[in-house]
Amino acid sequence: MIEYKELTKKFGKIDPLSINDYLQQDGYKMIRKAIKMGPKKILNEISLSRITGRGGAGFPVSIKMKSFANETGVKYIICNADEGEPGNFKDRYLMENDPHQIIEGMLISAFSTGASRGFIYIRSEYQNAINIMKHTIKEARKYLFLGENILKTSFSFDIEIRRGAGAYVCGEEFALIESIEGKPGRTRVKPPFPSQKGVFGLPTLINNVETFSNLPFIMRIGGREYNNIGSDFASGTKLISLSGNVKNKGLYEVSYGETIKDVIYILGGGIPNNRQIKMVQLGGACGVVIPQSLLDIQIDNERFHIFDSKIGAGALIVIDDRHDIFDIILRNMEFFEHESCGKCTPCREGHGQMVNLVKKFVNFQATKKDYLSLKSLANVIHETSLCGLGQTSPSSIISTMEFFPEDYEKRIEESVRRGQTNG
Amino acid sequence: MSLEKILSKYPQKKEYLIEILLDVDEDKKNHFISEEEVTTIAKHLKIKESHVCSVLSFYTLLSSRERGEYIIQVCKDVPCYLNDNFNVVETISKHLGIEMNDTTDDRMFSLEFTACIGCCENAPAMRINNEIFVSLTKDKVIKIIDSKKGGNS
Repeated sequence: MIEYKELTKKFGKIDPLSINDYLQQDGYKMIRKAIKMGPKKILNEISLSRITGRGGAGFPVSIKMKSFANETGVKYIICNADEGEPGNFKDRYLMENDPHQIIEGMLISAFSTGASRGFIYIRSEYQNAINIMKHTIKEARKYLFLGENILKTSFSFDIEIRRGAGAYVCGEEFALIESIEGKPGRTRVKPPFPSQKGVFGLPTLINNVETFSNLPFIMRIGGREYNNIGSDFASGTKLISLSGNVKNKGLYEVSYGETIKDVIYILGGGIPNNRQIKMVQLGGACGVVIPQSLLDIQIDNERFHIFDSKIGAGALIVIDDRHDIFDIILRNMEFFEHESCGKCTPCREGHGQMVNLVKKFVNFQATKKDYLSLKSLANVIHETSLCGLGQTSPSSIISTMEFFPEDYEKRIEESVRRGQTNG
Repeated sequence: MSLEKILSKYPQKKEYLIEILLDVDEDKKNHFISEEEVTTIAKHLKIKESHVCSVLSFYTLLSSRERGEYIIQVCKDVPCYLNDNFNVVETISKHLGIEMNDTTDDRMFSLEFTACIGCCENAPAMRINNEIFVSLTKDKVIKIIDSKKGGNS
């Protein structure tokens, strides 16, 4: 079996609404252990684990935490539960099935860095998860895991839920911070980074739901042992949201280093209706699109030479051979056109232009010139956008130009043959 | 719940603006924020009306124009598209006789697109107010909508 269940091992075995169920499964033992160890030792274990952020960017968690720990005064911890990347549903599963694990992870982070206030920012579309997290915070307070003098120490920490209001860009850390402050979710120029100057101008540590959920596990087995799980490029496990044209769609936890092919064929059971895979989009709408021939690559943090990221937040969207590459790209680009916050020019203006150009390919009206314009526009948006949205949004275009050049050539030829091009 | 009651739920701070707007929108039968409400909220939080409007227009789930009692939001992203073999939008559109972004004459239903709602493992999916419906089929979509017509919210 290629599944490796750690973060998801209590799913279905505990009642997510019962703190007693969580306590019976050794819940909140790791925050007790952490308090005994002290901040320095905890941060050292996290360094040794080599864990990276699970929200998509894959930044080393210990670097962020150490720089945040060095800041003084009132400090905030934010759990980013604004999961909006199409194809991802892992954070919803974590909140709906093992919510105390997230709280414990936030507690370990807060204790080791000296933070006293926390937010969980959840998109309003996840109403069920919001209800569960609200209940979980109440119960944790009742059992004195949140509030003043936690476990009779001088450590105090409490959490508030904030809801998103339907803006994908608020998954970006500074857009999320602006939203918590009651403003439109438009990103800020970095530096300063959130760990120096975040929400309300104070130092802020932002991590993804899955990242926090990993911390009790690291505390339990130790950083060295954790680093032994996974591949040379990434340690630990990864939650994979498998969707699209695949038999067993769903959430799977595997150790880093498994191949995409095994996840699709062994866990996913392959493609229905005796179809073939045309392409797989990795990470979500902002991810690269790869052909069947590349499915042997491993799930880890290694990067494509043509693009910065590979697996992102862990979505695998399987697309079978009935589908046209340009239909898929158009859907992605229309999504980003709608979700751009409008702050920087390349992203605000560029997505509309990319939609127009991709439509020409969809409608068999594309010329070689359109191809070159699309290519240059995609690269400009990727290189010059202010935040992760525009920096990653063109990846389905850039990657298909690399991996499916014949689809572009054929479409241009066919457009000319049909005589629908304007020169 | 009255607007005053919603305002009293939160500390009188600017940072709670989005929470307040979400509550008002959710609470009202026709799911929108009126000009009068913008004025009242701005006064209460001691912020400019223009700031309230900028937030209102930025976030997709908030609206300044009247909508139906039930807001049907259909996911248009790739995982749902790949599993939509009957055309969810067309089914609803025909059944209710409205186009995308329209509201029925009796103000019961509005039809909107939504970005991915994280139900890709049970695609296609849609959301009606705060309720999520998954593994949609043509019959299921029509049944769900008709059950709302019957007034079971």
